[in-house]
Amino acid sequence: MAPDLKPSLVVAAAVALLATGCGTGTRDAGDGGTTGDAADGSITVFAAASLKESFTELAAAFEQAHPGSEVSLNFAGSSDLVTQITEGAPADVFASADAETMAELVEAGLLAGEPVDVATNTLQLVVPPDNPAGISSLADAARPGVKTVICAVQVPCGAAAAMIEQSAGVDLTPASEESSVADVLGKVTSGEADAGLVYVTDVRAAGDAVRGIPVPEAADAVNTYPVAVLADRPEGATSRAFVEFVAGADGQAVLRTAGFGAP
Amino acid sequence: MRPDASSALNPGVLPRWVVVLAVVGGLFVLLPVVALGLRVDWPHFLPLVTSDSAQAALLLSLRTSLTATALCVLLGVPMALVLARTAFRGQRLVRSLVLLPLVLPPVVGGIALLYTFGRRGLLGSSLDALGIDIAFSTTAVVMAQAFVALPFLVLSLEGALRSVGTRYEAVGSTLGAGRWTVLRRITLPLVLPALVSGAVLSFARALGEFGATLTFAGSLEGTTRTLPLEVYLQRETDPDAAVALSLILVVVAVAVVGVAHRVRPLGSGVPGSRPAGAVGRAG
Repeated sequence: MAPDLKPSLVVAAAVALLATGCGTGTRDAGDGGTTGDAADGSITVFAAASLKESFTELAAAFEQAHPGSEVSLNFAGSSDLVTQITEGAPADVFASADAETMAELVEAGLLAGEPVDVATNTLQLVVPPDNPAGISSLADAARPGVKTVICAVQVPCGAAAAMIEQSAGVDLTPASEESSVADVLGKVTSGEADAGLVYVTDVRAAGDAVRGIPVPEAADAVNTYPVAVLADRPEGATSRAFVEFVAGADGQAVLRTAGFGAP
Repeated sequence: MRPDASSALNPGVLPRWVVVLAVVGGLFVLLPVVALGLRVDWPHFLPLVTSDSAQAALLLSLRTSLTATALCVLLGVPMALVLARTAFRGQRLVRSLVLLPLVLPPVVGGIALLYTFGRRGLLGSSLDALGIDIAFSTTAVVMAQAFVALPFLVLSLEGALRSVGTRYEAVGSTLGAGRWTVLRRITLPLVLPALVSGAVLSFARALGEFGATLTFAGSLEGTTRTLPLEVYLQRETDPDAAVALSLILVVVAVAVVGVAHRVRPLGSGVPGSRPAGAVGRAG
């Protein structure tokens, strides 16, 4: 089940946001609360760990574009963040690394409006810079004796890895199934593993510590990143402005530089 | 329970606020465990903790923790003996180094192990030449566990060795016993309760090891995914399973610590010995 992108929905959401937002920002429907309509409040953004670099940069740019506003960031695995939010953590905006995790908040009725897809990510093979096992394809990573590390199927990168294996008709026998992309990357950068499957953005962030090898089948397992405003929070206007900012040209430029695909 | 425990438990001798703070402290430790128990999905508890992956994790945890405990005894007893019965330059430094794994964040321990025994580590290439591959193996799990658990054994035992003193050993020697006989017939029996409680604490620490294992050994069902790693992973998709497995770990930990405390007062029955405040001596 490849996550389909529902382009019409994304466009509709983006248009709706632009319509309410980009102008003066005074069209607050009234669910915001006491501090008025200007995007100058203090908000807390919970974002998937893979968004760390991009969102840190975006938050600073947003604060500059909206004087008086303040964005606090909390990064962790998406499902950890959902647990924190459902247990009452004071989040204003949530950016998830996959649609399934966001769906939990939709079901719990904790969102104000629809999530907006802002980015996509795909997996890539990653090897140590000297590529000791001579890996150039997914089939190489499946060779006996090659230590390949992937995410466990319980986490989004593992689900994507399983999809790629299936569409490539390759059966990886991993040396380890890690709980997060960061752990997979760590095993490759330290040279413990000969190969791993991580996101393109992780390969780019790791710089010279690893070498990325594109996998054609990765196109069949594209991960979508939705962002949403949480309901019943005092700074609704600032939160909506932040989501628009991320979905807008400035935000998209930052995300593209980090290696994310267009939603 | 020692017989004098009841007479000492008289709140009248302490300022009331001390007792109040002590109770608050007790609740601070107890309440989270109670909260965990309240979240358990009891009707599905058995299926959750007996799933294939849960069983594999539990069995692996028990197997590796027992092996790690054996390793701790094998290496820790000589270390405690050397620290307690010899004097050499830099002994203080050595003693604080032994403590290091106790105070290091486990993930730091894992990174350190990686840079020692990993493929590109200090000893990695030599081990590789010998055909030994530790990465992603159960051996790596045992090493991570033994690394963090060793101080518990060394500290309990060294404290006990110091408090029993050397009188009996000296008498034994003057009566003609050799070093090995003195060690086997006098020293070790005297500190046996401390050895047992130290081993039990090491086992408990090994069972709970998470950070170093994740960093150093990886996570593969049946090979390196111990119970704490399984809890960490299940939390992603099945919080109920994670809670149920957490409770298993809590129960085992409570039982183990209970055993360790039950063993210790026996030491006070041995002439000349007092219960050695095992971890307390760390300070």
